[in-house]
Amino acid sequence: MSDVAVQHGIAGAYEPSLFGTYSKKIGMWLFLLSDTLTFGALLFAYSYGRISTPGWPTPFGKESITNATIMTACLLSSSLTMVLGVLAARRGDRSWTRNWILATMFFGAAFIVLHGMEWTNLIHEGMTPFTNPWAPNVPQFGGTFFTLTGMHMLHVTIGVIYLGVIALRKKFLPILLGIWLIAWLTIPSNNVFHYGVHTLLVGCIVAAAILFLKPKDYDSHDVEVAGLYWHFVDLVWMFIFPLVYLMSTKVV
Amino acid sequence: MHNVATTHDEGKGQYFWVWGALLILTAVEVMLAYRQVFQPLRMLEVLMVLSVIKSALIIGYFMHLKYENPAMKWVLMIAVVTCLCLMFIFFPDAFRIVHLGVR
Repeated sequence: MSDVAVQHGIAGAYEPSLFGTYSKKIGMWLFLLSDTLTFGALLFAYSYGRISTPGWPTPFGKESITNATIMTACLLSSSLTMVLGVLAARRGDRSWTRNWILATMFFGAAFIVLHGMEWTNLIHEGMTPFTNPWAPNVPQFGGTFFTLTGMHMLHVTIGVIYLGVIALRKKFLPILLGIWLIAWLTIPSNNVFHYGVHTLLVGCIVAAAILFLKPKDYDSHDVEVAGLYWHFVDLVWMFIFPLVYLMSTKVV
Repeated sequence: MHNVATTHDEGKGQYFWVWGALLILTAVEVMLAYRQVFQPLRMLEVLMVLSVIKSALIIGYFMHLKYENPAMKWVLMIAVVTCLCLMFIFFPDAFRIVHLGVR
């Protein structure tokens, strides 16, 4: 509460915060509040179509569901490592904070790669944003699916870059550039992610601008705020997974 | 900061319990979907209830909302209440359209 003002050495100069915490955290919570509504709109758009359209495609067979379950486990485990990282940051243990954040990034990256493979399989089977091979009379399946999961994948990607900046600061920039180059050169040009990986380049430019224009040492508060964002990404997947995958399971 | 730190440092084991509970709930969801235990509509209801429980665990423990100031909790409830209200408008309406026989 008022110890926020005490920390700055100007006790009494400010009123205690209404929300009893520091402003960065309030800012992140308010952003997450607005992002909840963004994802809410996308999820409702998908589920409205899912419920109201007879003959909605059910393309997710055993492989897809297994894959999606592993992805869910990855995100849940990444939340655990993130929360352990926040604990380490509170203790002031810098090396373990970094290690736990790196573990979180590893699980996040695994999620993105698995999801990318899933998308690639669906696209190979003939799914586009406007058509799908399973139910020609339900063209909106592709559009709603790719928008919803693509938006989520973008959030996970931003989250991994955000955590990289917090954990490694400027050292993360060459790593990110390297990953972008390798991914861009190794993914065949007929794959949508050949162009999708340029998100990493944009992320790298933004991260560089932030790191060079406002260089600072990230403290335990920054780790905690980054953690809030990361848990939110996990939280959204807890709704996408049942609504998109489990409601469209192909049982043979 | 002090009260926040002291309420959490003993909670390392608690995070592992929450993580385990989340994994088990996910396994239950997958099993329900794969066995097709319920009709699609009942299935949707069950999955949504399980997902709301999972999200409550994530928000309450991982995001520490359980330990935040009441003002913060209530402000954030706006988003949850809005989404739940929209859900109770959209889902029954979508279901109604199926029964109207609109193709």
